[in-house]
Amino acid sequence: MIHSLFLINSSGDIFLEKHWKSVVSRSVCDYFFEAQERATEAENVPPVISTPHHYLLSVYRHKIFFVAVIQTEVPPLFVIEFLHRVVDTFQDYFGVCSEPVIKDNVVVVYEVLEEMLDNGFPLATESNILKELIKPPTILRTVVNTITGSTNVGDQLPTGQLSVVPWRRTGVKYTNNEAYFDVIEEIDAIIDKSGSTVTAEIQGVIDACVKLAGMPDLTLSFMNPRLLDDVSFHPCVRFKRWESERILSFIPPDGNFRLLSYHVSAQNLVAIPVYVKHNISFRDSSSLGRFEITVGPKQTMGKTIEGVTLSSQMPRGVLNMSLTPSQGTHTFDPVTKMLSWDVGKINPQKLPSLKGTMSLQAGASKPDENPTINLQFKIQQLAISGLKVNRLDMYGEKYKPFKGIKYMTKAGKFQVRT
Amino acid sequence: MMLAIKEAASDMSPYVRKTAAHAIPKLYSLDSDQKDQLIEVIEKLLADKTTLVAGSVVMAFEEVCPERIDLIHKNYRKLCNLLIDVEEWGQVVIISMLTRYARTQFLSPTQNESLLEENPEKAFYGSEEDEAKGPGSEAAASTALPARKPYVMDPDHRLLLRNTKPLLQSRSAAVVMAVAQLYFHLAPKAEVGVIAKALVRLLRSHSEVQYVVLQNVATMSIKRRGMFEPYLKSFYIRSTDPTQIKILKLEVLTNLANETNIPTVLREFQTYIRSMDKDFVAATIQAIGRCATNIGRVRDTCLNGLVQLLSNRDELVVAESVVVIKKLLQMQPAQHGEIIKHLAKLTDNIQVPMARASILWLIGEYCEHVPRIAPDVLRKMAKSFTAEEDIVKLQVINLAAKLYLTNSKQTKLLTQYVLSLAKYDQNYDIRDRARFTRQLIVPSEQGGALSRHAKKLFLAPKPAPVLESSFKDRDHFQLGSLSHLLNAKATGYQELPDWPEEAPDPSVRNVEVPEWTKCSNREKRKEKEKPFYSDSEGESGPTESADSDPESESESDSKSSSESGSGESSSESDNKGQDEDEEKGRSSESEHSEEEGKKRKMKKRKKVPEGQEGGSSSDEGSDSSSSSSESEMTSETEEEQVEPASWRKKTPPSSKSAPAAKEISLLDLEDFTPPSVQPVSPPTVVSTSLAADLEGLTLTDSPLVPSLLSPVLGVGRQELLHRVAGEGLAVDYTFSRQPFSGDPHMVAVHIHFSNSSDTPIKGLHVGTPKLPAGISIQEFPEIESLAPGESATAVMGINFCDSTQAANFQLCTQTRQFYVSIQPPVGELMAPVFMSENEFKKEQGKLTGMNEITEKLTLPDTCRSDHVVVQKVTATANLGRVPCGTSDEYRFAGRTLTSGSLVLLTLDAQPTGAAQLTVNSEKMVIGTMLVKDVVQALTQ
Repeated sequence: MIHSLFLINSSGDIFLEKHWKSVVSRSVCDYFFEAQERATEAENVPPVISTPHHYLLSVYRHKIFFVAVIQTEVPPLFVIEFLHRVVDTFQDYFGVCSEPVIKDNVVVVYEVLEEMLDNGFPLATESNILKELIKPPTILRTVVNTITGSTNVGDQLPTGQLSVVPWRRTGVKYTNNEAYFDVIEEIDAIIDKSGSTVTAEIQGVIDACVKLAGMPDLTLSFMNPRLLDDVSFHPCVRFKRWESERILSFIPPDGNFRLLSYHVSAQNLVAIPVYVKHNISFRDSSSLGRFEITVGPKQTMGKTIEGVTLSSQMPRGVLNMSLTPSQGTHTFDPVTKMLSWDVGKINPQKLPSLKGTMSLQAGASKPDENPTINLQFKIQQLAISGLKVNRLDMYGEKYKPFKGIKYMTKAGKFQVRT
Repeated sequence: MMLAIKEAASDMSPYVRKTAAHAIPKLYSLDSDQKDQLIEVIEKLLADKTTLVAGSVVMAFEEVCPERIDLIHKNYRKLCNLLIDVEEWGQVVIISMLTRYARTQFLSPTQNESLLEENPEKAFYGSEEDEAKGPGSEAAASTALPARKPYVMDPDHRLLLRNTKPLLQSRSAAVVMAVAQLYFHLAPKAEVGVIAKALVRLLRSHSEVQYVVLQNVATMSIKRRGMFEPYLKSFYIRSTDPTQIKILKLEVLTNLANETNIPTVLREFQTYIRSMDKDFVAATIQAIGRCATNIGRVRDTCLNGLVQLLSNRDELVVAESVVVIKKLLQMQPAQHGEIIKHLAKLTDNIQVPMARASILWLIGEYCEHVPRIAPDVLRKMAKSFTAEEDIVKLQVINLAAKLYLTNSKQTKLLTQYVLSLAKYDQNYDIRDRARFTRQLIVPSEQGGALSRHAKKLFLAPKPAPVLESSFKDRDHFQLGSLSHLLNAKATGYQELPDWPEEAPDPSVRNVEVPEWTKCSNREKRKEKEKPFYSDSEGESGPTESADSDPESESESDSKSSSESGSGESSSESDNKGQDEDEEKGRSSESEHSEEEGKKRKMKKRKKVPEGQEGGSSSDEGSDSSSSSSESEMTSETEEEQVEPASWRKKTPPSSKSAPAAKEISLLDLEDFTPPSVQPVSPPTVVSTSLAADLEGLTLTDSPLVPSLLSPVLGVGRQELLHRVAGEGLAVDYTFSRQPFSGDPHMVAVHIHFSNSSDTPIKGLHVGTPKLPAGISIQEFPEIESLAPGESATAVMGINFCDSTQAANFQLCTQTRQFYVSIQPPVGELMAPVFMSENEFKKEQGKLTGMNEITEKLTLPDTCRSDHVVVQKVTATANLGRVPCGTSDEYRFAGRTLTSGSLVLLTLDAQPTGAAQLTVNSEKMVIGTMLVKDVVQALTQ
């Protein structure tokens, strides 16, 4: 299975390595660097590289390459999934996953990695179990540890490991019992030149933050569960009850977790809350091009659209842009040719627009492609698919928890072709 | 070390046993001599019943002794049942191991036609482990399964498929992929479709996951294109995707392109061509080329589009287009002289060697189409010969040779010149080629033999190249494996074995169970078996079951996707429920599953000789109560017998025409019926329709029948077109209440035509319907001619979308068009479902408040007997009777056809005649209308 792990930063330095079996020389990463050089951008490095004696599987997150070395046949997704899990765990432990943070907590990082894999096979990957084994670092604990010379490693076996609900630790205590659920929906869409929708779909997740004492058993029901077409669950959800009654019944893990992710069936037409009017033209003769974008709300169900950001990769021929926004700020990076415009809130009375000219490379012919515009936005208090949580009940514990549900709609991969 | 592992393997704590399993591969890698002893430990740990250990020990098994498949037999069923509760990493390992195992132990489910001939009994009866079945039943089987022998899936095979299916909803991409590959390699064709949705979901994940998944989707989409077609749009490319993902998506899009969706695909491709990512543009052009070769209809469109690209400013784009055009032209060069001329002009500008070489080759090959240009091109090329790339030089020589052979007058000197230049080239390959060519084409004194054939050699007709996916044939690697991704065998890759010709003995998977369960089991089984076998031997002849075969088969094929969805999910959940039980009472779990497995087999066996191939979804009830009795079996087989007759009469939806799913619910019902109510009373359970079938029979236990039977009539004929208005053509329609074979959401309408004019009516068909939103029509096949005085019947399907809006359409003959409309009574918009009393009550409890409509009425004297009430209700609405404990209450259940919402009807009749009618339905409009209709029917 997984032999070794190398962490490589964007400048190509191996800043951490961990071996679960015998030591594999760092030189194996040369193959990776070679591939990295060939690929112009970091995302283009192939996730699987074959070398004469090893296979390198890598994921790229937070500007760090996590490269796993394996020697024998293993399902590639197995390794990739594991690497992502490692990143998630780091994030869970340290808040962010970046090179300096990993270097600062190098002891904990090694401890965690040691626990996650045993002889290359995943052992404990549930964050709840890991946290019981190895306590996350806090300032106080670091101080105590330096004075007493003890470590973060717990001396008891995590109880959850053996129970039927391995994701939950026992003996959880809270004074304020609360459970929050965020229903977050993302719209993935491609809008074509004329403003009509090429594809649009809604992907949603329910993220939960549950801080309840004891062993609560929760059920969450929806007003319109039929909307959910394809769902995947956290292992805690009882599949049987979902199949028969369309109710989510589960004993929640402690803390933050993703309860469910779903896909809204394609038959339902997706309401596109934003439209973009654009007029981008290059002329052959002159070295100036016209650029004009207006954003406006459409089918927002009466809610305001916030956090609107547009970004666009301009063609190489564009030297500079002189633009004036009616609202918000814009930047253009002449090196990467990336234009971004931070609009903020859209006021339906006064639609934000960005107008101006582009100066093109003199003499060069006009670029034959128009840039695509990527859109980001947020709408609070609205689930665009119309999904509504009906009620949340708790069984198994006596106290009355505080419950909260928040809806939000965001743009996922939202592109406007021009 | 060995001792420590051995001791740990029998420790009390599962966690210790788990770590012991982890230690096994470590020790093995240190000292492989200990293999035998380690295998012993693995064998012991494999028998462990905790989920914690299962994953780790299978991992150890895979590392140490993957070839010892025999160790798995005894644990196979246990592993299948535990699977859902094992942690994710273990699931992946177990699933991939079980895939291999299943490939060696079961028969291929897709071999139906071919291999089956040889040993169907093996496949099916081989699953019989029991001594109860003697040689007699074997003989019975072979008579019951004549010439066309349906394939029957081994119940253990089915168990695996069923238990892995819920894992498609796992949050872990690796698990989903593992299940997907398992289904791809093991499931019957009709069921593989379920994985598409889950795989498409993974495309939302990180780009690395996308990369792997798309590779696999690309391979699958070549084999099973239909599977991903509905998700075509999910593979559309975004400008922010990394290049490697773009190219893979393009591959998938190309694989999915077919006659119908090619316009949309090509439109997408057009946008891609304008992308800034040049590698991607080149790949798009290749993809267009592939679409053009695969789909003849768009070849010219593609070619024109590519020719336009030749004027693109970007040289790479032009070059790529040239290469693709060259390949396309080879298929039909004659019509495209113009394009070749256009290409010839490009030689001045284009610098990319591959493209230049392609143009030269084209001109040489088709020089007779461009007789004037070709020599000129050669002249130019001869001028710049020394500056060209090697690949171009070779093609120049080629061109010169061909021209010399066809047009030696003009080009003789030029050819000589080129050959002399090439003779002194730095590249030996070119020198060789020049020398060789010269010998061949220039006649000399001694070497005459070959040069006579030079023309044949150079201008031989060449087959057009086939543009095909690089993912073709990749599926001989196990999907989802590293080897598949690399398209090369990785170290330690285990070949996926081919299906065996004959199924190995399945009894090896049986586990010893404590004596008491075994006994009771066997008793039950014997009891069940007897009546069945005697029936099939004595009464239902072999021909009959053979007759019913093709129908049920095709039906289950066409529907099995939806059906297996519904049918199986229920059983899955049952199983899960059982799993949960298992968690609580670990000790009894193996007995449980064992018992279950046997029961399942029982059911299967019951069904097969009836010609219900329906293996796909037939596995039903792993529920706990087993109270099916002999007489039920009898009635069922008899029903089967009557079918051919009833099929032609006004058949209500009988269990035969209903897809296998209904069959299942029927069987399930038997299990659900509380035995205490009426221990041996099959008719309570038998559906109304089934009862109707039975009516014609002289049943031994008939006393019970009349009270509960409800002869269902299709709604009487209604007029669609009067013969006066139709100029001699009279058209009536009836609602046949049979499920419409094409689409389960459609109401089947039988249309009767009769010609009372004195000229034949020709070309009867449905003309352009003008339909309200949502309503759709499946037209009947055109009736070519209807002679005077004759009549004909056709079936059409209408999806009324759960509304009573009329479907308006035109009925066209060769000469006339008639506007007609069919308005369904609300009772025809549903189909009966069968449920137990408890289920009914549960469902009713959920549909209260707004969804409940109650009406009081007084039943007239004529309408007080059970028989009449049931008849009237079922005549009004297509509902199925639900057994009921009290005599004054009648319950009926159905589902609306389009949305499948439940419609529950309760009639509470007092002896005095006062009655209360309650309808519970999510569709309130339907509920209100139904109440009205039923009240009317009852009080008339």
